[in-house]
Formats: sequence, structure tokens, C-alpha cells
Amino acid sequence: MIGVRILKEGWDKISQVQLDVLREVANIGAGNAANALATMLKSKIQISVPRAKIMPFADVPDFMGGAEAHAVAIYFHVSGLVQASILLVMPIEKAAQLVEMLLGTCNASSTGSFTDFEYSALMELGNILSSSYLNALSSFTKMSFKPSPPALAIDMVGSILNTILCQYGEVSEMVLVMEAGFKKDKVDVVGNIFLLPEPETMDNIFTSLGVIV
Amino acid sequence: MGELFQVGMGDYKLAKPPDKLITAGLGSCIGICLLDPKSRIACMSHIMLPCSPNDKPIGNPGKYADSAIIAALDAMKKMGADTDHLVAKIAGGAQMFRFSGNSSIFRIGERNAIAVEENLEKNKIRLLNKDIGGNVGRTIIFDPANGELSIRTIKEGQKVI
Repeated sequence: MIGVRILKEGWDKISQVQLDVLREVANIGAGNAANALATMLKSKIQISVPRAKIMPFADVPDFMGGAEAHAVAIYFHVSGLVQASILLVMPIEKAAQLVEMLLGTCNASSTGSFTDFEYSALMELGNILSSSYLNALSSFTKMSFKPSPPALAIDMVGSILNTILCQYGEVSEMVLVMEAGFKKDKVDVVGNIFLLPEPETMDNIFTSLGVIV
Repeated sequence: MGELFQVGMGDYKLAKPPDKLITAGLGSCIGICLLDPKSRIACMSHIMLPCSPNDKPIGNPGKYADSAIIAALDAMKKMGADTDHLVAKIAGGAQMFRFSGNSSIFRIGERNAIAVEENLEKNKIRLLNKDIGGNVGRTIIFDPANGELSIRTIKEGQKVI
């Protein structure tokens, strides 16, 4: 019962081996999402070496690009046997670039603000990426993941994270963050995808993966 | 030149002039700045949730509006502040997500704001000014020397309250 132990004793009970397994999970999910992105954009997409780290709330904004970085974030809450948050974070100019690649033009490239239609395009992009991420996890773990409809925010990374992290605040002092980045043409970072499982559901994740405590 | 103390999510810190307090990227969370006008001892907390749970250990008191104010009062008193005549300024409590449906987590900013004001009143702390709500992220800097709270946003520029 890791989940219960995590609640009682803290996240430090997760071993290095378990973190490695989670990194591999992030790798599989992000790999599938990168494929979907490549198909959509008709260009090559690579993923960065994924990371899985347990950290205090205060460190999360820096891990995601800095508290004051201006970014587009698309958020999904995952329910079912595994409860988690999935978050796609893109620097604002990269988001504008992606919209331009998808729609041909982007209002935000010149004016800095997206039209409603461009918002929909971004959310659809988020939908496809998070679904392909979760699909890969689902076939890997034999569990089903149910993502919520997308929610979108454009502002400082730290301020966007507030709303998401407060869900974890009541049960823990720390949060587990799994991350992978998408790169276009090898160097151009398009964005990052983050999965934050809720501590209570870690049991289910490790059991399904056959990782013994 | 004083130092700038960074207050992280769910944390609180004290300062005296010439030092200042900063918290970067406030969204639905609220920055509570307390000041003792006489000793110029100040405290900034970055609360995440309205109220601490009764049925389990609360962990870091800085996470919740109610426990953060009490912890701040204690810490300020220990540093020598007169906690009977404190004044406060608050900022944050925004709703960051668009198209967010009915999910209650998206209304957390509003609930935080109500809880902070209630708990200030409960502890007899006079609220001087506030910049609450909307849908903008804020970075706030509090200067104990003059009691000014400067608020920086991406969408609406900068202001001082």
C-alpha cells in the first residue's frame, strides 16, 4: 500500500527504481503524443529525456519554466483508477507558431492575443496530445484513464499552477511531476507535457505495472 | 539596498526595512501582507487553500488562509511586532482558466478571497487595500518601509496599492 504509506510518511518512500519506472511511463506517453503531433504538423518531432521528480510545491514553477514565464497551458483532470493532472505548457510564441502551422495564420503572432477560433485550435491540440499520451499509458498499464474536457489559461506559469497544485495541497507537502519535452527540428522546443498523479493513486499505478514495493 | 525575500507557494516569510518581500506568479492563491506600522515588521504569506482540515495534520500552516494568519501573527510577535495594531494588504484570488465548466477547483480563487477577509476580521487586522479576482496572474512586492504593495501583471501592467 504505497499510496497509504505516501500519505503517512511522505513521498520520500518512493524508491529510485520506482522513479525510473515512472520516467519510462512518461517516455512511452510522450512518445505517442509526439507521434500525434508530428502527424498533425507534418514535421519531425523528437522528445527530450523524460524526468520524474518529487518536489515541494514552491519548486514546481521553476521546473516548468519559471514562475513569471509567459505561457499557454492546457489542463485536463484525469479520473478513474488513477487520478492525476495532465498539463501541456508552451511558451506563448511557440503556441502561436503551432496555431499558424495548423491554421495557416495566427492573430497572436502579430497582436499577442488569440482569437476564439485559435483558442479552440489550441484546446483541440491539447486534447489530441493528452489523449495520445494517456492511450499509450492505458495500453501499457491495462487501466483506463478518463480525461476531463480541456481548460486553457494564458499567463504566468506560476499563477496557472496555483489552481492545479492547490488540489494536492490538502494531502501532501510534495508533488510528483513527470515531464517530457517536444522538440521540432531537434532543437526548437515546442512545449512540455506534465503528468502529476495524486498520491492516493500511486498504489494502483505501481500494482498495474507490477512494481513491488 | 535591502534584500528581496522570495515567498514560495504555501509559505510565509518575515522582513524588516530595507528588505522587501516578493511572491512571483500568484493565480488563485492569495498573497497576504501584514505590517506593524510602528516596528515596520512585515510578513507575507502565499496561501493556496481557504481552510485547514480538522481531521488530519495540516503540515505547513502557510498553505491555508486561517492557519497562515495565525502562524504569521505568532512569528511577528516573536520578532517583536505589536500584533494588536496590524494592517493588511492582499492580492490574488484570480480565476486563471477559460472554458472551465463547473468544476469547483476553478473557483478556488473566489473561495480563498472570502476566507482571507474573514480570517483577517476574526484576528482584528485592518484591511487597507486589496487587488482581488479577475483572471490575471500577479507578481507582488511588498515594501515594509512604506507599506506599498506593487503588483505586476502581464495583461494589465503594473500598479501600486
